[in-house]
Amino acid sequence: MALDKNGIAQRIAQEVQDGFYVNLGIGIPTLVANYVRTDIEVEFQSENGVLGMGPFPFEGEEDADIINAGKQTITTLPGASFFDSSLSFAMIRGKHVDLTILGAMEVAENGDIANWKIPGKMVKGMGGAMDLVASAENIIVAMMHTNKRGESKLLKQCSLPLTGVGCVTKVVTSLAVLEVKNNQFHLLERAPGVSVEEIQKGTAGTLIVNGEIPEMILS
Amino acid sequence: MINKKVKNVQEALQGVQSNMTLMLGGFGLCGIPENAIAELVKLEVRAVTCISNNAGIDDFGLGRLLQKKQIKKMISSYVGENDEFERQMLSGELEVELTPQGTLAEKCRAAQAGFPAFYTPAGYGTEVAEGKETREFDGKMYVLEPAFKADFAFVKAWKGDAAGNLVFKGTSRNFNPNMCGAATITVAEVEELVPVGTLDPDHVHIPGIFVQRIFQGKNYEKRIEQRTVRKKQ
Repeated sequence: MALDKNGIAQRIAQEVQDGFYVNLGIGIPTLVANYVRTDIEVEFQSENGVLGMGPFPFEGEEDADIINAGKQTITTLPGASFFDSSLSFAMIRGKHVDLTILGAMEVAENGDIANWKIPGKMVKGMGGAMDLVASAENIIVAMMHTNKRGESKLLKQCSLPLTGVGCVTKVVTSLAVLEVKNNQFHLLERAPGVSVEEIQKGTAGTLIVNGEIPEMILS
Repeated sequence: MINKKVKNVQEALQGVQSNMTLMLGGFGLCGIPENAIAELVKLEVRAVTCISNNAGIDDFGLGRLLQKKQIKKMISSYVGENDEFERQMLSGELEVELTPQGTLAEKCRAAQAGFPAFYTPAGYGTEVAEGKETREFDGKMYVLEPAFKADFAFVKAWKGDAAGNLVFKGTSRNFNPNMCGAATITVAEVEELVPVGTLDPDHVHIPGIFVQRIFQGKNYEKRIEQRTVRKKQ
């Protein structure tokens, strides 16, 4: 069965390693924090200026001055710090953040990503996404495998305006885990109960299937 | 001590005129200069260019200036929370220059620090880089981005003193420190104007040299855009 948003987040959480500083985008990526192992040390960075983000505050303890990049009220954990926007992006551009997880509308087989604009419809803006994808070496995209009309989001070439070029290394979707290299999607894992044929059908870009493809293990 | 204190928001905004370029601190509604924005509405200045990460919501923050059609152009990274903004943008009444968030911050900081421009990897290969100079360093491509030029910067701090020293709180810091000294005149409004000498010099976030005018702000609403909470066990 295809994974829902929480399932995708649960699988991506396995990519988070001990000692990592991680930036989580808005949407599915935000859910990743709920599934990270508790026996490792990880710090979450939010580009509006906080490192060491904690869970949402208890009711009545919200502070308008302490929010994340999604403008949600948050708390901080012991060891947290606040900083200005320029320093925040120094952490990102300077490759001090180890892992970036973000959503996408489209990913191409050459690693291009589009996630900020649909021409003719609403343009909300790129926020920090262009800085994140242009700088990070370890970028995981979290998204559904196909859009609401059932069309593939893993393409030969992006049709929407790009956020960054040749930057995505891994994609975790509702159907599969894929590595992006040599201008191809390489199938690494299948969602539980999902066949290679289903993944093939949902993938418009070049899909490489090498040998037996294991199912994801979601504890 | 060089005194930067002015008595109120009216005095602080003296010299603001139509067609000027204004920087405004804040991320969403967090750390926005509420008093300066209210005064800009009262002054009825028109056709201003606003450099601000976001455009407020319909009835608060820069949304208030948008409602009165006082803004000619917005330079922002994300503008997704505002229906009036969308309407004016789609109808062509409002000019919008979307800029990657880190680039926006650095264009402020570059102006503050005296750099005319800088290279950034953000936006390379996208429409943001169209028409801009690009250059390769160590095998990677970068885009040349010029520093901002602005007439006024309006920032909000938690505490400050008459010397113009500022201390920020939590994530309301955001773009505020980067905009101090990045415009011809920087106006700081503070929740608490404390006597000179009470701020520990080790704890000052922005030294007063970057601030031309400071005043005690009033009636802060500090609205929350997304109130997210968890239940006590």
